[in-house]
Amino acid sequence: MRTYYTWLCIFTTVCTAAAGDVLVALAMRRIGDLGEIRRRHGFFAIILRVFSSGILFGGVFFMAIAFFSNLIGLSWADLSVVGPASAALTFVTNALGARFFLHENVDRRRWLATIFVCLGVLLLTWS
Amino acid sequence: MTLRKYLVILSVVFFGSVGDAFLARGMKHTGAIDIHHLSNVFTALANPFVIVGIFFLLAFMSSYMTALSFADLTYVMPATAISYVVMVLLSIFWLHEHVSPQRWAGVAFIVIGVGVVAGGPSRTEHPAAQVPARGLKERA
Repeated sequence: MRTYYTWLCIFTTVCTAAAGDVLVALAMRRIGDLGEIRRRHGFFAIILRVFSSGILFGGVFFMAIAFFSNLIGLSWADLSVVGPASAALTFVTNALGARFFLHENVDRRRWLATIFVCLGVLLLTWS
Repeated sequence: MTLRKYLVILSVVFFGSVGDAFLARGMKHTGAIDIHHLSNVFTALANPFVIVGIFFLLAFMSSYMTALSFADLTYVMPATAISYVVMVLLSIFWLHEHVSPQRWAGVAFIVIGVGVVAGGPSRTEHPAAQVPARGLKERA
């Protein structure tokens, strides 16, 4: 039964983490390169831009859910299972989210990398 | 990619994996959380290891946001995947978990995936008009 709950936690972590990552990436793309902003307008401008982004807070909200789900999963299973499984599966869902929501150029090279990561996850979790 | 940007990527790896290891250690002390009493997860927030882990993950978050400000999500995610290796090493030497050869093979596949993707460009260039997502009117 605990295995079922562990995988439920991993599934929740993956979905909410992917939603969080896509929203945070969208927000940071709109804000722009933080290094450039700091050079041109100073550190205070970074704080102002980051904290005035609603999309960013939406992303952080989903990440917080992912955090607590991950925390519960870690109390039921080893870090070497929960950590890589949830993180690597998040990588795959992120690639899909980035392709369809952020319109990133997820080319053959990046899909190939996704397949390798999937195989890695299978080996990690079914051992 | 400049040296500063590589350092940002490295700090994402460092803070993320060490933060996860602190959380895992803290949750081992706290014990398993009953599915019927999920609110007990908040009691874990009093554990020193969990608190330190949260500080590391805050540092991770700020470096992660910095990385996403100059690179694609599909570049940052695999580029920071070396943290899987760090996590497995921490599992062995700090948490004393058993990591089988099959799990090591899994880590190897993930690292190969990272190697495949890391050689590509870090950013997809969009014409300004294509950047805003549908229904999202926010302006940074």
